[in-house]
Amino acid sequence: MSVILKVENLKKYFDVQGGKLHAVDGISFSINEGETFGIVGESGCGKSTLGRTIIHLYQPTSGKIIFENKDITFISKKECRELLRKMQFIFQDPYSSLNPRMTVIDIIMEPLLIDGMKRKDARQRASELMEMVGLSKMFETSYPHELDGGRRQRIGIARALALEPKFIICDEPVSALDVSIQAQILNLMLELQEKLKLTYIFITHDLSVVKHISDRVMVMYLGQTVELAETQELFSNPVHPYTKALLSAVPSIDIDEQQKREILHGEIASPINPQPGCRFAARCKYSTSRCKTDDPQLVEIKPGHFVSCYNV
Amino acid sequence: MSEVILSVKNLSVEYRVEEGIVKAVNDVSFDVKSGETLGLVGETGAGKTTIALSIMGLLPVPPAVVTQGEILFEGENILAANEKYLRTLRGNKISMIFQDPMSALNPSTYVGDQISEVIMLHNKVSKDKAREMAEECLEMVGIPKNRYAEYPHKFSGGMKQRVIIAIALACNPNLLIADEPTTALDVTIQAQILELMEQLKEKKGTSNILITHDLGVIAKMCDRVAVIYAGEIVEMGTLRQVFKNTAHPYTKGLFDALPGNSLSGKRLKPIKGSMPDPTSLPENCKFANRCFNKSDKCDQRIKLVDIGDGHLVRCVSPLCSEGVKSH
Repeated sequence: MSVILKVENLKKYFDVQGGKLHAVDGISFSINEGETFGIVGESGCGKSTLGRTIIHLYQPTSGKIIFENKDITFISKKECRELLRKMQFIFQDPYSSLNPRMTVIDIIMEPLLIDGMKRKDARQRASELMEMVGLSKMFETSYPHELDGGRRQRIGIARALALEPKFIICDEPVSALDVSIQAQILNLMLELQEKLKLTYIFITHDLSVVKHISDRVMVMYLGQTVELAETQELFSNPVHPYTKALLSAVPSIDIDEQQKREILHGEIASPINPQPGCRFAARCKYSTSRCKTDDPQLVEIKPGHFVSCYNV
Repeated sequence: MSEVILSVKNLSVEYRVEEGIVKAVNDVSFDVKSGETLGLVGETGAGKTTIALSIMGLLPVPPAVVTQGEILFEGENILAANEKYLRTLRGNKISMIFQDPMSALNPSTYVGDQISEVIMLHNKVSKDKAREMAEECLEMVGIPKNRYAEYPHKFSGGMKQRVIIAIALACNPNLLIADEPTTALDVTIQAQILELMEQLKEKKGTSNILITHDLGVIAKMCDRVAVIYAGEIVEMGTLRQVFKNTAHPYTKGLFDALPGNSLSGKRLKPIKGSMPDPTSLPENCKFANRCFNKSDKCDQRIKLVDIGDGHLVRCVSPLCSEGVKSH
């Protein structure tokens, strides 16, 4: 398996009142072709910013992004447009990411027209795409508001697939959907992955979804990676105290299971001008004085299992 | 047998809007016993929140119209009560926690004052005494009382939800309705809030109605569950009956659709199709066209039937009956 995307020490800071907001603060990982790479974390941990920085919706502050062996960290607008032929994005909210004044078929055709395809061909291709994502022909002339959330997300998927990308960054694609519809969309994404040999980055806060769909999972906390491992390994042997707490916080539907819950105290700290040391130290019951002064590094504790913690 | 404190009988609510008549709640009946937590679970548009608003007397009229039924609280029919009586009830004997902690607080009033406001409204106490009581409420939900004089924007989502819980519990209500209280929160914060709600329920003995779409939250918090689909209760029973002896195909479908719960490897088992249009609900089983177990018998009006031990199911061919364990 070859590496399709490599991210090295990527940083994205935003200038805000009161200093610099460290949204993404030194993230490194690589993704193999055909893989689904899950990124989980709670709101404000920087997972969406990371996805958006990779696809150049935001300019990276520093670090490196290497896509198909080419450094794409700092590229021109023209090169960026090139990039979008290979890399696409599915947004979280199917209610606000579709133009309410365009019909379904126009929304799906738009990237094709921008890419220079003739109108007639684009229309043909858009019809095929609708069929591929399971949208009936009768919706071609509908507007987004006439469709339910599941169908709208299908439009978002069809639009992302229009230019036949190899790599798709999915930012919470099913979070706004009910479980019965969520399952339909997840199945569709798995089917398309098999058929079109897609590579996914799957960003979500929902641990059961990430467990289901990902090959490997990276857990983020305040702009940094705390743990990264294969899905099975991460869920059965979580090592980082934050990962452990996160996994135990999900209420199980098994009413006989005695859940050992680790309730975290306190809340996520501010990402604006963060203090040195482990970002999680203030909420961690194992933290020592060292945790509050030195930055822990991501260390490989088992083949493929990386943890950033002094106390492992 | 503990006493019934709230009884909803044959409640039907519709919204008369431009597009037609939206039948949001259809002939819903349930009781809440003292000290218990009843869960209402269902997907978007099932009518869960409309039920809650009916109990609070907060339905937006118009377009909402209650077409039948009554809601009895302490022997009084809330639906027929006047606004003055409702005002003595709301925030005092019945309280509600809303889904969105970000928009449920007044942004231009100190959080502490928002708590003492409720206390002064329902109790004859001085301003200083109310402040003292409000500070106690803040401490009860784990917020230091020196944050009394701060505005909501200084609080994070979890903290805001704590303030809202403090407001709801300030007057020691008999019934607390929590509408998706943790949906907008992160899981670690959700765990804190659920823990807090459990502790407070134990301490104060409040009865709860917990509305959520999250079956995990139901499993953790509830004694009994009602599953709502297209404005109807399709299954109701104890937590064990509904979770372990699932009888309605819709409930079964909800469980099967959850990731991490499927036995068949990577593919999930979604429920096909989507919920029927609430402006033109079918007369027969409303779930029939999505059901894997559909037969000719489904083509009729289906009643909620007791399949044993008070386990109610609205299906002509329930997947199991009480006493016969399905697995």
